[in-house]
Amino acid sequence: MTQSTSSPEAPAENDYGTHPGAAANRVFRWLSTGAGALILITLAAVATFLLAEAWPALAMSSEELGETVSFIKPEDGQSLMEIIGYLIFGTLVISIIALLIATPVAIGIALFISHYAPRRLAQGLGYMIDLLAAVPSVVYGLWGVAVLVPFLTPFYQFLADYLGFIPLFAPPESGEIFTGRVAMSAGIVLAIMILPIITAVSREVFLQTPTLHEEAALAMGATRWEMIKMAVFPFGRSGMIGATMLGLGRALGETMAVLMIISPGLTFSAAILQPNQHNTIAAYIALQFPEANAMGVNSLIAMGLALFVITLLVNMLARWVVSRRKDFSGAN
Amino acid sequence: MSKRIDINNLNVYYGEFLAVEDVSLSIEPKSITAFIGPSGCGKSTFLRTLNRMHEVIPGARVEGEVLIDGVNLYGDNVDPVTVRRHVGMVFQRPNPFPTMSIAENVLAGYRLNNKRVSKSQADDLVEESLRGANLWNEVKDRLDRPGSSLSGGQQQRLCIARAIAIKPDVLLMDEPCSALDPISTLAIEDLMAELKDQYTIVIVTHNMQQAARVSDRTAFFNIAGTGKPGKLIEMNETPVMFSTPSEKATEDYISGRFG
Repeated sequence: MTQSTSSPEAPAENDYGTHPGAAANRVFRWLSTGAGALILITLAAVATFLLAEAWPALAMSSEELGETVSFIKPEDGQSLMEIIGYLIFGTLVISIIALLIATPVAIGIALFISHYAPRRLAQGLGYMIDLLAAVPSVVYGLWGVAVLVPFLTPFYQFLADYLGFIPLFAPPESGEIFTGRVAMSAGIVLAIMILPIITAVSREVFLQTPTLHEEAALAMGATRWEMIKMAVFPFGRSGMIGATMLGLGRALGETMAVLMIISPGLTFSAAILQPNQHNTIAAYIALQFPEANAMGVNSLIAMGLALFVITLLVNMLARWVVSRRKDFSGAN
Repeated sequence: MSKRIDINNLNVYYGEFLAVEDVSLSIEPKSITAFIGPSGCGKSTFLRTLNRMHEVIPGARVEGEVLIDGVNLYGDNVDPVTVRRHVGMVFQRPNPFPTMSIAENVLAGYRLNNKRVSKSQADDLVEESLRGANLWNEVKDRLDRPGSSLSGGQQQRLCIARAIAIKPDVLLMDEPCSALDPISTLAIEDLMAELKDQYTIVIVTHNMQQAARVSDRTAFFNIAGTGKPGKLIEMNETPVMFSTPSEKATEDYISGRFG
């Protein structure tokens, strides 16, 4: 701010100009900015592709589409939009079953590892859980069909016999065989598949609970479970929601296992023990893709677009839930 | 509500390491007892054995007795969870639960014992505890705000309110002012002087002036060197400790020759 004593024409050389780390700092800034931008570009490219490729099928009248695409049968009440509706329903039903089973189990395991198990056991167990994630989904599918489904069928029978009056557990129509290749089985296999990711993320979050808050709870005479309710769960809330959403993301998009296990169908039925009622978007696309003609592929991509939108909505919902009580999150 | 504490021949171990050796002392009810000493001398560790909070650290254990009005905290049929409901604690860094409101923080400990608390009961207890902690006037209009929205000194008084809401027999304070500015420290010290009418207070402090200002009796702990156990050097009335201590080490420490 004060007047310079040096000559007005050229600024004098000084010791406060550049330093050795300046270039590397700039390079890294551009690298990280570039990596961030890449995500946006990829996302935009996928969205554009889906929209552009789905448009021909979406724009076509259902009669025309019925004539060109083999799997769309408007005369059976299956226009493209209706099929997408059934598939969204089926996808959500199966994913929700998976989530309802996996989340409590995963949080239980994560808590055991982070707060109950002796250190050695915790490490081993954590490693085993991570191994579950390494099993390919086609193997889960095979195991589901060969082992789990025959094992579960008697339980389904039992449920249907005694609780069949609840629409959820309604038995198959008389004459139909009780196969067990139903939404419930697909949901259970998916639950096992998403267990590792939910467990791993929850465990990390639980381990980061500040000792300060755990001690605050214990020092006022909380039992370990009360301490967990007071300090660990509230602190880990957003992390648990994030973990669940990661699991849901995987469940929504899972193809192979569902394809192999379920006897597919297109309905809005709540009966998760009846075969030929549900299918998921991903499994349906995989099933129809090899036989599809050009317009058929466009139609399948329209279904893919629907899956993309659902996943996006689920994630936005999760973000909203997390941000709702930001003041109380403990992030400050 | 306030009780006397007698400690007999207490050793504290972390695994095989002897952290505090052979401490015997008595703490009078309705008084403030200060533990002073250099870092690592085991005074905080020792404080934690008075409500069994050291057991939170894996491998920590004690030998000896801690008698609160004659009941040995380490006797059979004593549950550490119950012990901590009778012996409250305030920590070095303020630790209100960030996910709870100010009012919920105060009620947190009380709710552990009383599942059903009526609205009016809860309101009364919140006001009583916050008034007890000299915080009521500052927060009465924002009881539903998160505890973490307060300043550091206010947060620490909130923690004290939380501790006294369960009406403990004893209140342990582990360097409660070391993270606070002088004004907030003064507020806590004034509060301690008021609280000693009702509670037995034990405070660990690094600040010798603080010990001299607030405490009735002072215990000096010292350590011979790294890896050696901490020991109680001497304990006496605070004015005596700070004017005519009987041990050379005490005199060196309080006169600022080391530590």
